[in-house]
Amino acid sequence: MDYYSLLFYFFAVLAVGSTVVVVFSRNIIYAAFALMFTFLGVAALYILLLADFVAIVQVMVYVGGILVLLVFGVMLTKNITNVDFGGKSMNGFPASLIVGVIMGTLILLVTRTLWFRSDVPLVPENTTKTIGELMLTSYVFPFEVAAVLLLVAVMGSAMIARRS
Amino acid sequence: MEALLQDLLGENLLTTIVYCSLPLVFILVYALLAILGEVKISAWMQDRLGPMRTGPWGIIQPLADVLKLLQKEDTTPGTANKPLYNLAAFLPFMASYATFAVLPFSSEYVGADLNLGAFYLIAVSSIAVVGIIMAGWSSNNKYSLYGAVRSAAQIISYEVPAAMAVLIIVLFVGSLNLSDITVAQEGGFWNWFVFGGPKGEVTLADGGVISASWANIVYFPLFGATFLIYYVAGLAETNRTPFDIPEAESELVSGYHTEYSGMKFAMFFMAEYANMFVVSAVAVILFFGGWQSPYGTTIGDLAGIRWLGAVEEFGWFTVKGLFFVFVMIWLRWTLPRLRVDQLMHVCWKVLIPATFAIALVVGALVLVV
Repeated sequence: MDYYSLLFYFFAVLAVGSTVVVVFSRNIIYAAFALMFTFLGVAALYILLLADFVAIVQVMVYVGGILVLLVFGVMLTKNITNVDFGGKSMNGFPASLIVGVIMGTLILLVTRTLWFRSDVPLVPENTTKTIGELMLTSYVFPFEVAAVLLLVAVMGSAMIARRS
Repeated sequence: MEALLQDLLGENLLTTIVYCSLPLVFILVYALLAILGEVKISAWMQDRLGPMRTGPWGIIQPLADVLKLLQKEDTTPGTANKPLYNLAAFLPFMASYATFAVLPFSSEYVGADLNLGAFYLIAVSSIAVVGIIMAGWSSNNKYSLYGAVRSAAQIISYEVPAAMAVLIIVLFVGSLNLSDITVAQEGGFWNWFVFGGPKGEVTLADGGVISASWANIVYFPLFGATFLIYYVAGLAETNRTPFDIPEAESELVSGYHTEYSGMKFAMFFMAEYANMFVVSAVAVILFFGGWQSPYGTTIGDLAGIRWLGAVEEFGWFTVKGLFFVFVMIWLRWTLPRLRVDQLMHVCWKVLIPATFAIALVVGALVLVV
């Protein structure tokens, strides 16, 4: 096994293992902190795919932004240690049906896709410039729509916060 | 540097590990010097002598402090959350060590010469916040939790002007690579960005050309202001006075690391000192020419001795970085602590609008000129 596969399996196990903690942990704080290792593991997998820009955005947005906000919010609530969440399972049948369908689709996609292997050794390139140009030319519409969506979300949350 | 190590050790995993550990050696030596500097400078500013008994003139004091910390009992509060309490001690240092990977210490030594260096630096340093919150919460102590919440709020707020200040220079250079930003300031101190950027023509590694124009007159005050904004925001991110609200001794005992002792406390301490150097080093790279010497060339380059040139560059980088660390110590023993509302006022109502205005003007000028 070469270093690449070794690193890949290490980070894959890290990402999947910490996700299992996120899903099954009864302690909401453990779940939140385990999420950090999931994000970092996924970022490492992006780097192994030579998507350096996406990897750093992943760390910046998810670890530096969303996770900190999440932990911050959880900590400001009362009695964080004994919040009873997920004590009972509810709606078991519809939930497992939907999850089963999504999982089946994903497995089908993974197995049916014709993955190709490149024999050319990949060299990291300066991806930022290309991504920036594409975002402001070919993909400017989805980019702007996402921006407007975020603006609406911010305005909405500010309004809800003001009212109470 | 990498080639030299490969000659010495062969092309294997060991070489990589040694190459990655070099900044650690640097941090350890620097931390000892900075601790001595802190106690001595604070003493002089208060008309004292400082430590005088350990070794001549007290210079072995930091070593004695390290030995003391190593021997201390490692206490854990009985009600603390043990796994998180132990893990949290290492995250802030991990985050600041990760930023050392992209700092160009000289033209011969950059841990990883990433094209996205500046972006990586901003992203990775935000992991420290998670460690601080974890430490504050897992200690199960209200002072720790208050300190952690304050610290997180402060770091998240001041990340915005710091990142915007970095972005202004990136806009001008057209590259996120910290080595490129350093090279763009070659040829003497008047070409540093704090003095308005290159006065001649500079070719970057990716073929981009930066040339002088009338706009340099405008850049001069703008980049100077950007440097001040970056440095103030960086100071706030290191949680040092006048921004030490998270650790305010008079209110919170010691903030998020109140409960830590022994080596775990030392890890927080090291992270703080490492962060001080990172902030200073980034200020040096962005505004003061990085490893460039102030007169544009090095004795090693003039004499044609490559290794001597690299050593001199490393020397310049360290001297400039340590100077800004000194300024931080100087400010700490001169200024009183801000109030929380003043802190937020400075960040959101002064620094952030200012950086946006500067970014707009610089962006327009880069487009027009």
